[in-house]
Amino acid sequence: MSALASAHQIKAQFGALIAEPTEFRGEISLTLADPEQIGAVCSFAKKSLGFDFLVDISSVDNYGNDPRWTVVYHLRGMASGQELRLRTDVSEEKSELPSVLPVWRTANWHEREIYDMMGIRFSGHPDLRRILMWEGYPYFPLRKDFPLAGKSSDLPGVAFTNPAPLEGGPFVTVAGGGDAIGREPRVRTTEA
Amino acid sequence: MQTQSEYGYNSKIEGDVVLTTVDAALAWFRKNSVWPMPMGLACCAIELMAAGASRFDISRFGSEVMRFSPRQADCMIVAGTVTYKSAGFLKRIYDQMPEPKWVIAMGACASTGGMYRSYAVLQGVDKIVPVDVYIGGCPPRPEAVLDALMKIQEKIGKQPILQGTVAAKLLHLDEK
Repeated sequence: MSALASAHQIKAQFGALIAEPTEFRGEISLTLADPEQIGAVCSFAKKSLGFDFLVDISSVDNYGNDPRWTVVYHLRGMASGQELRLRTDVSEEKSELPSVLPVWRTANWHEREIYDMMGIRFSGHPDLRRILMWEGYPYFPLRKDFPLAGKSSDLPGVAFTNPAPLEGGPFVTVAGGGDAIGREPRVRTTEA
Repeated sequence: MQTQSEYGYNSKIEGDVVLTTVDAALAWFRKNSVWPMPMGLACCAIELMAAGASRFDISRFGSEVMRFSPRQADCMIVAGTVTYKSAGFLKRIYDQMPEPKWVIAMGACASTGGMYRSYAVLQGVDKIVPVDVYIGGCPPRPEAVLDALMKIQEKIGKQPILQGTVAAKLLHLDEK
């Protein structure tokens, strides 16, 4: 059974909740309309279709669009070698969806990272603390409206931050390029 | 004990005695046994390990005693990227080192933040602790670490040790 067949089985099980599977460069993506159902879909994929490994959970900030967040689950069946991508949109007002921790325990740290970097909460997560930044840091640094240089913050006795001097940057490397001088990181404005 | 050898310094003239000042002798002891606190935070720590291993052999300079307790260390070698999250720990470790203490900022990241111009990285460890020697490079070669160590030794050799202390008063060193 191919990943596409698995995707169709999920669609058959959940009907209108799941959009038609899309294929891009041999990879199958499924979009789930209601983020509240993510637990049920993941559980079905694991128990009935053998997707026993959660490779990663990532999140996308569609800044300026509604809904703002997309949470992406990358599944893999270790026995079948199938890979499947599961996406679901979450609105900015809600910024919350159920944890898939009961399905795959490895989701624990992935969900903490998304909470830390994007500020999307996972209901039912037993230990939703920041994982990379410290507890008490006031921002979510991977959001599109967060400046690359960072912002000032101060939590006395714990940590502080200051914006990094970008000196006209960000410095961008050009791939390809004739020689090392042409490729090296420099301030490059967008019109170039 | 009398030695009969004629080479080295002439014991018939000197009689097994070397003259120096207390300060100079103490500075000499001190600069040749700088015990490093290896603050290995990133890839620079690998080069620091190389500096400690046999090919480069930091023990030639009396600094082979890497102390993982700040209470027994003289010189903190900050080897790697200091994030804001680890900056607090680094400062606490520095505060626990006994005086006198020195700091080497090893590599671009520890010196200035290096290529990490970002929200998460402290832009130079000198923002939180006083740095004596900066080493350039990403990462620096072990020779550069040894060079920095020699510069620290030079600095320690010049620092008065007893001046103004109780010991100086007891030895009447300040009177002249």
